[in-house]
Amino acid sequence: MRITELFDRGEFVITAEIGPPKGFHIDELLHEADEYLQDVTAINVTDCQSSVMRLGSLATCKALKDKGFNSIFQMTCRDRNRIALQSDLLSAAYFGIDNLLLLTGDHTVMGDTPQAKPVFDLDSVSLIHAVKQLENGVDLGGNELVGEPPKFAKGAVVSPCSDSVDVQLAKMERKVKAGAQYFQTQAVFESEKFITFMEKAKQFGVPVMLGVIIPKGAAMANFMNNNIAGISVPPEMIEELKADKEKAKAGITGVEITARIIKECREYCQGVHIMALGWESKVPDVLRQAGIVN
Amino acid sequence: MLITELKQKEDIMPLISAKTFVICCEGCKEVYFPADEAAEFSDELTKSATANGTVVTEYICNPEHLQLQLEKHMGKVDEAGTLLVFSCGVGVQTIAEMFADKKVFAACDTHPLPGHQGVTPLEYDCGQCGECHLGETGGICPITACSKSLVNGQCGGTKNGMCEVDKDMECGWERIYRRLEKQKRLDAMLHPVKVRDFTAGERAAKSMTTKD
Repeated sequence: MRITELFDRGEFVITAEIGPPKGFHIDELLHEADEYLQDVTAINVTDCQSSVMRLGSLATCKALKDKGFNSIFQMTCRDRNRIALQSDLLSAAYFGIDNLLLLTGDHTVMGDTPQAKPVFDLDSVSLIHAVKQLENGVDLGGNELVGEPPKFAKGAVVSPCSDSVDVQLAKMERKVKAGAQYFQTQAVFESEKFITFMEKAKQFGVPVMLGVIIPKGAAMANFMNNNIAGISVPPEMIEELKADKEKAKAGITGVEITARIIKECREYCQGVHIMALGWESKVPDVLRQAGIVN
Repeated sequence: MLITELKQKEDIMPLISAKTFVICCEGCKEVYFPADEAAEFSDELTKSATANGTVVTEYICNPEHLQLQLEKHMGKVDEAGTLLVFSCGVGVQTIAEMFADKKVFAACDTHPLPGHQGVTPLEYDCGQCGECHLGETGGICPITACSKSLVNGQCGGTKNGMCEVDKDMECGWERIYRRLEKQKRLDAMLHPVKVRDFTAGERAAKSMTTKD
């Protein structure tokens, strides 16, 4: 089911991110989804996240779908040219996977195979445009598709806490104009910045899902501050993670922080996207403490 | 070696203001330049009073040389609402940097001619993409100033204004945005979706090399 239908009905949409393994055995991933992600609306599968070669997003989406989960197929422009991207979109349509998250993608040098050629034939905006074209029954070369065109929920990303938030808003507007129907944000640790961002973003009239990462400790927070674009963990939050090392290690502090951010931002957004980064087991606690599920 | 080719007049005319100063580079030996077509177009602009002044010179990519050439025209340049530059992408970027508060438009597309790279004397780099974007990007080249050569705006990899690929490199789209903001033309950020044509650069080269 396309998650845009849920936004249209006014539902608060919950998605969780899952990263495929470096290998093709996904029993553990499917087990984790079964065990911990029953309450989420859809599972969002990353596309060789951080430019690290892994099992594909599409195959994992299909495996999740076979298990009865609604999945979101992430597509980046890093590794495929427009022919391959459009072909994979048709493959997704064939498998009945109709939720997309369309991104430019990290550069190849960020990952575990920096020697690879960065493709970027398209970018997030032109990829959204390509999907829209396919929905109109035409590919980017202007050639007609055979049979009924596919139909997708077209998602995109934005960084509300970026130090270049005005530049991000300009890009967001371009994505909306190109056809983006919902947004998922980079991880938010500063609720106030998110709320200010939403005051500006609401003019575009598209649903926005608050992105959250469950912080695993002060070291992770510092690492993100130094290395991850668009993320800034405030010093008092790092202190909170430092205060009781055992509590932080057990994930209790991280869950508390994440639930608090969701509570603070909930009325300003249309959904939440949880990037558990291996802590999928904490997702139910986050949702309970945030008051989203009982 | 580069080949420059005039953009379509229909594409240029809506961009430039009623008072436009024209800078035309006769090029260098590394560049094949459509001098006659450029002169013809430039004359038309003068006759229709769109151009308030014209300077034809060589090596506009050399800022000191250019400054000397422009000295006696500075009154006209200051008056002009836009600058139209007939040159390769390096020349356009030199002018755009020199007049960062002015709207600078590229009148030509720059194509590569394989076999000889030519000499690019400055830090400005032209990707020879054949679809010059400089007119819409404040004279900062998104092909060479962005590590991903993105043409539709900033990606999510900017931190403190720097690029995720190289922490010593400013994000090209951050620079473009700030330049356009300074010129009060952020609407340029909202141009229709661009889908690159990767045959554009090669096409002119092919037609040149098969001419004789």
